[in-house]
Amino acid sequence: MNKNLTHLQQLEAESIHIIREVVAEFGNPVMLYSIGKDSAVMLHLARKAFYPAPPPFPLMHVDTTWKFREMIQFRDKMAAECGLDLIVHVNDEGVRQGISPFTHGSSLYTDIMKTEGLKQALDRYKFDAAFGGARRDEEKSRAKERIFSFRSANHRWDPKLQRPELWNLYNTRIKPGESIRVFPISNWTELDVWQYIHLENIPIVPLYYAAVRPVVERDGMLIMVDDERLELKPGETVQFKSVRFRTLGCYPLTAAVESEAATLPEIIQEMLLTRTSERQGRMIDHDSAGSMEKKKQEGYF
Amino acid sequence: MAHQSELIEEDILAYLKSHEEKTMLRFITCGSVDDGKSTLIGRLLWDSKMVFDDQLASLEADSKKVGTQGGAIDYALLLDGLQAEREQGITIDVAYRYFSTDKRKFIVADTPGHEQYTRNMITGASTAQVAIILVDARKGLLTQTRRHSYLVSLVGITHIVLAVNKMDLIDFNQQQFEAIKNDYEQFAASLGFGEITAIPLSALGGDNMIEPSANTPWYTGPTLMSYLENVPVDGDSRAEPFRMPVQWVNRPHLDFRGFCGTIAAGTIRQGDELRVAASGQTSRVARIVTMNGDLPEATAGQAVTLTLEDEIDISRGNMLSAPDAPPLHARHPEANLVWMHDQPLQPGQIYLVKTATAVTPGRVTAVQYAVDVNTLEQKQVRTLGLNEIGVVRLELDRPISFDPYRQNRQTGSVILIDRFSNATVAAGMIIAAAPMEPQSVQSAGLRLELSSAAGGLSRRITLSEAAVGSAGVSVVDLTGESAEPAFDVSSSFLDYLGKGNRILLRLRGLEQLQAVALLAYEQTLSFEFDRTAEGVSILLFKRGIVSGGRASGDDGTGI
Repeated sequence: MNKNLTHLQQLEAESIHIIREVVAEFGNPVMLYSIGKDSAVMLHLARKAFYPAPPPFPLMHVDTTWKFREMIQFRDKMAAECGLDLIVHVNDEGVRQGISPFTHGSSLYTDIMKTEGLKQALDRYKFDAAFGGARRDEEKSRAKERIFSFRSANHRWDPKLQRPELWNLYNTRIKPGESIRVFPISNWTELDVWQYIHLENIPIVPLYYAAVRPVVERDGMLIMVDDERLELKPGETVQFKSVRFRTLGCYPLTAAVESEAATLPEIIQEMLLTRTSERQGRMIDHDSAGSMEKKKQEGYF
Repeated sequence: MAHQSELIEEDILAYLKSHEEKTMLRFITCGSVDDGKSTLIGRLLWDSKMVFDDQLASLEADSKKVGTQGGAIDYALLLDGLQAEREQGITIDVAYRYFSTDKRKFIVADTPGHEQYTRNMITGASTAQVAIILVDARKGLLTQTRRHSYLVSLVGITHIVLAVNKMDLIDFNQQQFEAIKNDYEQFAASLGFGEITAIPLSALGGDNMIEPSANTPWYTGPTLMSYLENVPVDGDSRAEPFRMPVQWVNRPHLDFRGFCGTIAAGTIRQGDELRVAASGQTSRVARIVTMNGDLPEATAGQAVTLTLEDEIDISRGNMLSAPDAPPLHARHPEANLVWMHDQPLQPGQIYLVKTATAVTPGRVTAVQYAVDVNTLEQKQVRTLGLNEIGVVRLELDRPISFDPYRQNRQTGSVILIDRFSNATVAAGMIIAAAPMEPQSVQSAGLRLELSSAAGGLSRRITLSEAAVGSAGVSVVDLTGESAEPAFDVSSSFLDYLGKGNRILLRLRGLEQLQAVALLAYEQTLSFEFDRTAEGVSILLFKRGIVSGGRASGDDGTGI
């Protein structure tokens, strides 16, 4: 092997190193599994890091109860196949209060069902490290995020308390109650993720592939009618269109794009030829320029 | 990527295949906002077509609103991250940017150039293979140019681009460019860079960024992008002696024991002999295990799992190495230390020292000298404050395996962590093992350091922290000491007693008692005296602390 390592080989090695470091240095890590393509890659890397053993930590999904049904099926199948414990946490208090993206707006809904739900789950199981699949190139405020991102005992992210990260020497020391969010695929771009999925044949949720699906047009976005909870507003009609999703989240908040891309190479082709960055499909970013940064300080990933 | 769009459209599989072969380059840009650094990076992102339509829309809007280019596109706005910084118009941390061409994926560490941010530059440079040093063509070399170059050399970057920017403002004058280039080469001669490539640029106008500029017909070197795409960096670390710090021992069942780690140097094949640096034990590689099947060989940069032919004792913290060229294994490395915290270094205080293999308590015993990053002059100091750099001597509680940083950035680097705040307070680059390693002896778990005091009449004995796992009572045997001992006490030794542990000193006779009594007096310790057939025993302890270890009474120590 007298060839240089390719960029994907280098990214893979870095991620595996990070995942192993967490397992070696933390007492109770967990992998936050969002079921999307980035989580798929992260889970695949974790399996590689510990092969032939299964990864020595559970998967956890903070379920807002508004995920696409296909995501939930895929989640349960993957956890079983990988031999991992799956923790599904729902903010029951939010459910009791009837919090939904329709009645409470995307901002409050995300805060209660996702951010609060995540904090509850981390507190309940006393996890000291939580892997997340966020990447630095997703959004401007993430360009400075550490790979080991320190969180206070009340889960707050404070830019002043973040530690310098040198070489691959990660400071994993925390006090009781504090925790660290770890982002093993920080240095991957969207294209890297897709290329790696292609190269390694990593299974992903079918919603990424184009198919004819029932959608309504709302505020200029195509929203999929995934179940009966989506109530049509006056003038809205359900249309059947060939669509796919560039990112996956809660179905009322995730816009579909019209597409015929039904294979992985076609998806990558489409991504490279369309010049729209991936988070545009998520409504959460549209609130204000610094909205992701604010959410992060409050404990959102 | 633009020139690739036809291939993407016509044959996506061929495109994907070609991109599987891409390599990766990490580089750092050093300069201040005034040098046009953000514009330069923004331009690279822009010209590699990694800016998406929605980002373009928001860039155009932002350029009109807060841009500095009179409403024209302000590439620098592509980069600002945190809201507070955008408002202040400065970047105050390390940001990572990504772009890609059909040859390479690039990771850019974007760091500010202000004096107080040495810490950020060292952080960003620690993983970079190339440094772009920005110079304003109108101003030539500044103090900050020298500072950046020194820091970059300290972190071991050998490929340097001297980006002489804003050439448009000096009418692309060749003489001025050559003068800056010559100045720099003269200055940098002592820094040991492998190669320096000076490029005349206008980041704003795009001159020599991607395509050769018509404004500089006299320049025959590469454009910036062409340099970045072609500079050979994947070193020769794979030809060097094998190094793999063991990160994790994978033991899913009794029949499998795999040693996981990232190869820091060299190449390993099935059947190759390996040596454990700490113990000197050797074995051979049985398998290189991956989920995609066993590999015949693996090389520097890969994260692997090795199984060995023999059952030898290896755990996290050990380093596997080539049998004939092991790393250094010592307790007293000497290092270049960059202090990164508001609270200055406290010599003698215990910090946690993290290396590629282990976390070990340790202290800085001496600051040999500090280096003024602006003049590169050495000065005598007692300590190091935020953003100060010096050569220090470390004393670790346990020996570690390491290489000089110049040989290997992975196995030669350390960070220091504050034990109480857990902050990362310093970064260190090991120069060598300190020339005089004091002789050390083990005595029932307590480490004793013996070194001759001046005059040779008495022996000065340093009591330091007991080895892990020796809770309860540790024995220090002084019966072999001919002269009268004198004690130096470290804070870890006092910590050890503070936790309720006790030290049993075996004395040759009463003539050694005074030194022990003095020790107890100075450190407000209590002791019990006992006379046995072998001699005199003194049990040292801190009163009022209940032993967390074994029950008191006869525990085999003779008391």
